[in-house]
Amino acid sequence: MAEAFTPLASTAGGMLIGAASALLLLGKGRVAGISGIVGGLFRPTSDDVAWRVTFVAGLLTSGLLLAQVDGALFVSSVERSPTTLAVAGLLVGFGTRMGQGCTSGHGVCGISRFSARSLAATLTFMAAGFVTVFITRHILEAAA
Amino acid sequence: MKLVVAFTAGALFSLGLAVSGMTRPGKVLAFLDLAGAWDPSLAFVMIGAIGVQFWAWRLVPSLPRPWAAERFHLPARNDLDARLLTGATLFGIGWGLGGYCPGPAIASLGAATADSVVFGTFLLAGMGLWRLVEALGWARA
Repeated sequence: MAEAFTPLASTAGGMLIGAASALLLLGKGRVAGISGIVGGLFRPTSDDVAWRVTFVAGLLTSGLLLAQVDGALFVSSVERSPTTLAVAGLLVGFGTRMGQGCTSGHGVCGISRFSARSLAATLTFMAAGFVTVFITRHILEAAA
Repeated sequence: MKLVVAFTAGALFSLGLAVSGMTRPGKVLAFLDLAGAWDPSLAFVMIGAIGVQFWAWRLVPSLPRPWAAERFHLPARNDLDARLLTGATLFGIGWGLGGYCPGPAIASLGAATADSVVFGTFLLAGMGLWRLVEALGWARA
């Protein structure tokens, strides 16, 4: 399935993500790593739950409102079975906590401060993503 | 006031994800499909986000404390270990299967798409499973 190349929208969206991360860093002194913010709720300390829950509430509320404006923003052109989505969710949840970060924490916040750990993590998860899609689309689906 | 900052940051983050195309898993998977009809758009998301966040890091040393918090909580480690790379590998496999990383998954959960409800439920289960591994003392560092 071919997707349209959207360099301008993607750059603008990226800058908004950067602005949100900058606001959380300069305003709350926190790194905007989504897996860390959500995962930290599994290990709550009293002074730290409120901002995490509030940030996640912002993510969810904005998603809810944007879906009313344009539902196509959240539609996938590619079908994945519920089993695939479940396995994928487990791997992403477990892997991001084990690796202490995801696309936002390592990919955006870490690389922009030149962290060697974050650069290594980002190259690793991107390589794993490239290999996984190559195997599922070009080996398994081609054989099926 | 303190919580307004966190809420606004979360809301702005979701807006950025949606505008950039990250909340459409088919687009994410097209970025990861180097051998297919490759869509390089998501590289531009990274460039835009890093380009802004880079300047935020430059401002940190000049601030005595954050605007709405007592102190900065910043990562200190700079070493590489097996846990980091194994976790990143598992994450990348899941990303390549589902087309969601954690931020877009949660933004899409707000939009209540069927895919994100399944993915999001198991995302939280996976995080809980890691918490169990830690509680059992099997995790290092």
